[in-house]
Amino acid sequence: MTAPAQLRRSRRRTPLTWLRGGGLSNLLFLAPMLIVFGLYSWGPIVQTVVMSFQKTNLITSHFVGFDNFVNVLEDPVLPTAVLNTLYFALLALIFGFPLPILLAVLMSEVRRAKGFYSALAYLPVVVPPVVAVLLWKFFFDASPNGVFNTMLGWIGIAPQPWLQNQATAMPSLVLEATWAAAGGSIIIYLAALLSVPPELYDAAEVDGAGIWRKVWHVTLPQLRTVIFVMLILQVLATAQVFLEPFLFTAGGPNNATVTVLLLIYRYAFQNSLGGNYGEATALSLMLAIVLAILSFVYFRLTKRWSTT
Amino acid sequence: MKSRKVIAAAAAFATIAALAACTSGGSGKTELRVATFPPGADAAAYEAFAAQEAQFEEENPGIDIIGVEYEWKGPTFAVQLAAGSLPDVFTVPFTDAKTLLENGQLMDVTDEIAALGYTDKFNPIILDAVTGDDGHLYGFPRQAYAMGLHYNRDLFEAAGLDPDSPPTTWDEVREYAKQISEATGKAGFMEMTINNTGGWQLVAASAARGGFIQEVNGDTTTSTINNPGTVAALEYLHDLRWEDNSLGSNFLLGWGEINQEFAAGNIGMYTSGSDVYTALVRDFGLNPDSYGLTVIPTEGDDAKVLGGGDIAVVSPSIDDATRAAAVKWIDWYYMQKLLNEDAAKKDAETLVASGQAVGTPVLPVLDQETYEQGREWIADYINVPLDQMSGFFDGIFEQTPVGEPKSHTQEIYALLDSVVQAVLTDENADIDALLTQADEQAQALIDG
Repeated sequence: MTAPAQLRRSRRRTPLTWLRGGGLSNLLFLAPMLIVFGLYSWGPIVQTVVMSFQKTNLITSHFVGFDNFVNVLEDPVLPTAVLNTLYFALLALIFGFPLPILLAVLMSEVRRAKGFYSALAYLPVVVPPVVAVLLWKFFFDASPNGVFNTMLGWIGIAPQPWLQNQATAMPSLVLEATWAAAGGSIIIYLAALLSVPPELYDAAEVDGAGIWRKVWHVTLPQLRTVIFVMLILQVLATAQVFLEPFLFTAGGPNNATVTVLLLIYRYAFQNSLGGNYGEATALSLMLAIVLAILSFVYFRLTKRWSTT
Repeated sequence: MKSRKVIAAAAAFATIAALAACTSGGSGKTELRVATFPPGADAAAYEAFAAQEAQFEEENPGIDIIGVEYEWKGPTFAVQLAAGSLPDVFTVPFTDAKTLLENGQLMDVTDEIAALGYTDKFNPIILDAVTGDDGHLYGFPRQAYAMGLHYNRDLFEAAGLDPDSPPTTWDEVREYAKQISEATGKAGFMEMTINNTGGWQLVAASAARGGFIQEVNGDTTTSTINNPGTVAALEYLHDLRWEDNSLGSNFLLGWGEINQEFAAGNIGMYTSGSDVYTALVRDFGLNPDSYGLTVIPTEGDDAKVLGGGDIAVVSPSIDDATRAAAVKWIDWYYMQKLLNEDAAKKDAETLVASGQAVGTPVLPVLDQETYEQGREWIADYINVPLDQMSGFFDGIFEQTPVGEPKSHTQEIYALLDSVVQAVLTDENADIDALLTQADEQAQALIDG
């Protein structure tokens, strides 16, 4: 900082100095962003909190205390929805989380056509999610003519019910969700891999490390900050899974794929004409609080291992 | 510095201008936004509408009709209403009319219907659907349907069945479904299961076997989902699915999906409203030649056919001038074709000119005499394959109609979706336990 700048800082600030210093034009420049952000982002958040204590049909409303929260907690479908969401998150964690890391490491080792592989990996992210789901409905077609069932038929496996069975519906959703989301993660990991200093690999090689030891002792530790962030982002995203169960199964069969977010949607939109917005916002608020606590605890726990 | 201020002022002005652009000026006429068709309707439907719009505007020069794409959907209705994006005139099903008028979401049109002079022409059972506790009327019943059995004539022929002799008992439906399934590999029979339609169809199937899911005694409503009719209906589905394997492989179908599958020739038979033909042809591309319709079998002493319909209503949030225009439109567009020979013929002529369905099987919303008179007026214009629907026309007036359950209808339908899905996707589903649980949950909803 230069000397005159320091001098200016030390002067007493008054509304007049603020005005002369261009405060008004700063504010005017900020205004569009503040208005849009306040109106469309923070406004709805505040309104959610207010509505969770109201019974409302969006035209008339009155306060009902904690009734909405009590009703939600007493709903017999809530435990199913919570367990389903955890199940989805767990499956996505087991199958969906390591896959992009593995693919990114493999792709970073490829010498030729790296761009081609990156494009291939990223393509699903470019496909609009709704289109992807409609496409996958053909894949998951439970008749022997379905795409996956035809492929299974080639190797002599009987047609699978995919979405049409309470046991296989959720894993099927995870399969599509993993396909749809992996590309984005791969690109991030690929970028992070570029920042690993090559001399570390050279040193490991001199010490006689093979490829797996290099990955285990160099790559993964160097990526850990990114991995931690990606992990919490994935947990937050999977806890809010909505699109797949909504479009593939509408929560069926027999509530096997009802998730917390789908339940919120049902409260607000599906069952009652007045729209049970109070209960929907109450559950949204509870979910947001749980996820906020989870994120906080997670960052406290991983702080020790993080490089930043 | 000066130029910065100018830019800032310009930016602020642009913001305000952008926000102000959301409101627009008028043309001096009363603008009336009216519901047209659901998304996906073909261009010819809009041509027919444009022709009718022009006819109406010629007769009523002070009114400017603006057609709005519209489909009744519980999810978006309340939000559209609150946001003011609902058409001024739209239609809602009978089942939801009561809830809406209790919520104050419909406009009182008692005086307007009285002034038009046809209050006492309505079928009293149907008028009940739009009557509030205060005795006032909140809409114009415009169309009613009874549940019917729709079938694909091509699949019947492929399975060696006679498409002119559709099944008349549930056992025959089962037998035919099995034959279709075995001969063609398609679903012989299927029922809707998602987005509350599973409950709707289960209630219809239960009623057709003499069961009803609610009993009203004075002020108390008791949930009676676990009745012999419902049990029989579910066991029937169970057997078709797990013993005969004649329901195909997709058990997650809603109203739109099942229509799509049927129109694509993938389903032999299914039950739905008798008026779905119009949508099947207009929105789902069904080939009329492969369509067949008959009554659903009714078995048992108290067996009834579930019916429903929709009413034309006016948004509660519009001013008096728009409201008067709205009533004129409803009378002209929906009602006069039922009451007046010239209007009936002109409507039919316009629809036929654009290749739209005329003569789709519906139930009378007005008295029987007016209804039959109306069908005579348009006899020359009827372009739906009536001979392929003879099973329905011959049988429907023999059946006893029953309306849908009144209390928390859609919420209870949603509960029953899961029950139907459980039976179709779990061979060992305990029907009695599922229904007992559904009864408990439904009673909790009814008791509030």
